[in-house]
Amino acid sequence: MNREMTKIAVVTDLHANREAVEAVFAHARAQGATEWAFLGDFVGYGADPAWVVDQVREMVEAGAVAVCGNHDEAAVIGSTPQMRPEARMVIDWTRAQLDPTQLDFLAALPFQVQRDDVLYVHANAFAPSQWEYVQGRADAVRSIHATSCHYTFCGHVHEPRLYHLGATGKAGDFSPTPEVAIPLPGYRQWLVIPGSAGQPRDGNPAACYAIFEPEAQRITYHRVPYDHESAAAKIRAAGLPERLAARLAEGV
Amino acid sequence: MDKPKPKAPVQSGTARSSGAFDSGAGSRMKRAGDWKYDIGSMGPPLERGAIVDGFVLEKRLHQGGMASMWRVSRVDAEGKPTAVEGEPPLIMKVPRIKGGEDPATIVGYEVEQMIMPALTGHHVPKYIARGDFTRQPFIVMEHIAGDTLRPRLEEAPLALDEIAEIGVKVANALHDLHRQHVVHLDVKPSNIMIRPDGAAVLVDYGLSRHEHLPDLLEEEFSLPMGTGPYMSPEQVQFIRNDPRSDLFALGVMLYHFTTGERPFGAPTSVRGLRKRLWIDPVPPRALRKDCPPWLQEVILKCLEVQPDKRYQTAAQLALDLQQPDQIVLTRRAERMVRSSQWTRLKRWFFALGAEPAEAAAPSATEVLNRSNIIMAAVDVDNASPELLDQLRETVRRIVLTEPGARLACVSVMRIARIGTDALTDHTGKSLHVKQLVGLKHWARPISKSLNLEDGRLTFHVLEAPDPADALVDFARRNQVDHIVMGARGVSALRRYLGSVSSTVVAESLCTVTVVRASAPDAVPAEPVKQATPSDGIS
Repeated sequence: MNREMTKIAVVTDLHANREAVEAVFAHARAQGATEWAFLGDFVGYGADPAWVVDQVREMVEAGAVAVCGNHDEAAVIGSTPQMRPEARMVIDWTRAQLDPTQLDFLAALPFQVQRDDVLYVHANAFAPSQWEYVQGRADAVRSIHATSCHYTFCGHVHEPRLYHLGATGKAGDFSPTPEVAIPLPGYRQWLVIPGSAGQPRDGNPAACYAIFEPEAQRITYHRVPYDHESAAAKIRAAGLPERLAARLAEGV
Repeated sequence: MDKPKPKAPVQSGTARSSGAFDSGAGSRMKRAGDWKYDIGSMGPPLERGAIVDGFVLEKRLHQGGMASMWRVSRVDAEGKPTAVEGEPPLIMKVPRIKGGEDPATIVGYEVEQMIMPALTGHHVPKYIARGDFTRQPFIVMEHIAGDTLRPRLEEAPLALDEIAEIGVKVANALHDLHRQHVVHLDVKPSNIMIRPDGAAVLVDYGLSRHEHLPDLLEEEFSLPMGTGPYMSPEQVQFIRNDPRSDLFALGVMLYHFTTGERPFGAPTSVRGLRKRLWIDPVPPRALRKDCPPWLQEVILKCLEVQPDKRYQTAAQLALDLQQPDQIVLTRRAERMVRSSQWTRLKRWFFALGAEPAEAAAPSATEVLNRSNIIMAAVDVDNASPELLDQLRETVRRIVLTEPGARLACVSVMRIARIGTDALTDHTGKSLHVKQLVGLKHWARPISKSLNLEDGRLTFHVLEAPDPADALVDFARRNQVDHIVMGARGVSALRRYLGSVSSTVVAESLCTVTVVRASAPDAVPAEPVKQATPSDGIS
């Protein structure tokens, strides 16, 4: 019997960017995604936090995985005097857009979720609530050593990246080519960073996400062009910092 | 002192007993750092009749140092044969892993398992299935009948036309592989098989590099990876993504088949390997009296230390080997002795510490994209002067934008389908020469303005009953990337003969540009209404 193979769409760092998220959802559905996993940072930076939270909440109720990001935590807690003025302003604005049920949803998000042989976490596996970035092989190895799972998916870092650790103890890293299926054999440990959907930063404005096929043991990184001009216009209309609008066009 | 220093001290106990360096036919040179984790025990050794993941082991065909090869076929859970229609005979490659001491074999196997499923086409064994290391590692693939080119080394020196033929076949296979973004990095006779239809098949992807997949070997080993006699200078310097490395290895093979000797011996140390950075091989003509200058030109061009001085693509090499009389001979062809001590000393000095940066090495895609073969199909006898001008200008612009491109100018001489009654040998020959002269005359302005006299320009007069078929066939055989040709235009002749260009466009596998002379009396077309944002695009 030809059982349908699982295809998990992994989306992270959505950052209240409705246009990007809509484009990613449509693309992933066209690819035949059967499951969804969200690695956090649903809000912050963008102009549509409530819409994005509603979408994700609906999908989580239908079985999707979602974990908490630092921006989600900040929206729940509120700004603190130690923050830079711009960050404080964005957080206060975002918090004001969310109703209590939306804030409750964010507050209830776990820092990490393990399903089968896969760990989903926003920043890293060694200290999920401390928000340290995985910025190189050493960080990646530290994260991989902190889990028994063969596959770790994390966000926080906005540039797509793939790390691996072999049985010989040697780690490697790789800048993935979009739309190429990469085998992830299970006798190696892998750390997958799909890249940000809502605020890409590698010089390419197209939204990032990845599709993981656990039975076939492979990952495909995708780039989805979206209407970033509208997303930027909404950020400006909301009175949020110009910098947050302008960067979407360049993907920086 | 040799650079780079091995990053880890050379181990003596853990690596295979054959040592780190391959002396020729044996295993490859690879050495790992610490081997920390044990791969689970592999269970009892495989025997005839055993069933592994739906395949029954029928016969052991080969037992090597790195792997054993079994002929297998598909069976169901009860062991009954379950043939898949249209599937070729199958072979299972099972790595020989000795406990936890053999990272070279394991990582090589991981690499092969990763790359083989991504490959397609006639020049690779068809991939069928794989088993992972948690149970029984294996790869099932198409069984290519026959032997590798390895035994032919014993017969070297080979006949000249056979050397060229082998060169063309292997170059075609390499070009196909490079187009799939893979550099083989272990090209040698024992990794090449020939199908019954003559096509070369490249086997063993344990050292290969796929441009779009993680390179599991990159960080694994602290010594150069490859087979000593065949390793390119850049491989010795840890560059693993240059397709021209495979052309160097092919050059070593052709040298061996031509002279019966290895150009760089079979070194067994990094110091020995690095000598190829400054010591050039004895010119083949010094070892074999009947080696023609063109063959020496081809071989020594493949063996250039700088990849930029070699053939840029395997297709360009194949093109030359199929037209030896068109090969432009340089000083390489005339050399009868090695470079002087002084020259070698200078090269040695500059090779010291001159490690190419990884980032500077172009990828397979980049090299192939900038080294296209462009084919200009020119109907020198029948095309109008305006069309010939327009065609020449279009070709010039295309070649101008691609400094690495080769230009093949082709015309077709129509001959009767059966027999050569219309053309006696004599008149046939003179017509052929006349077309060749016309073709060269047509191309002269391009050649002059772009300085193509350095071997980037070739001329071919094809004799065939059907021009379109001949052009399509030439383009396919020579791996042409882009055909540029003229359209006959609206004429009674086209109505009568049909359009050659439309057939070429329809049947070619590559890009085709069809050029028309501007038609002064053409009726202007209806202007196209331009969509405005209010049409819903915004």
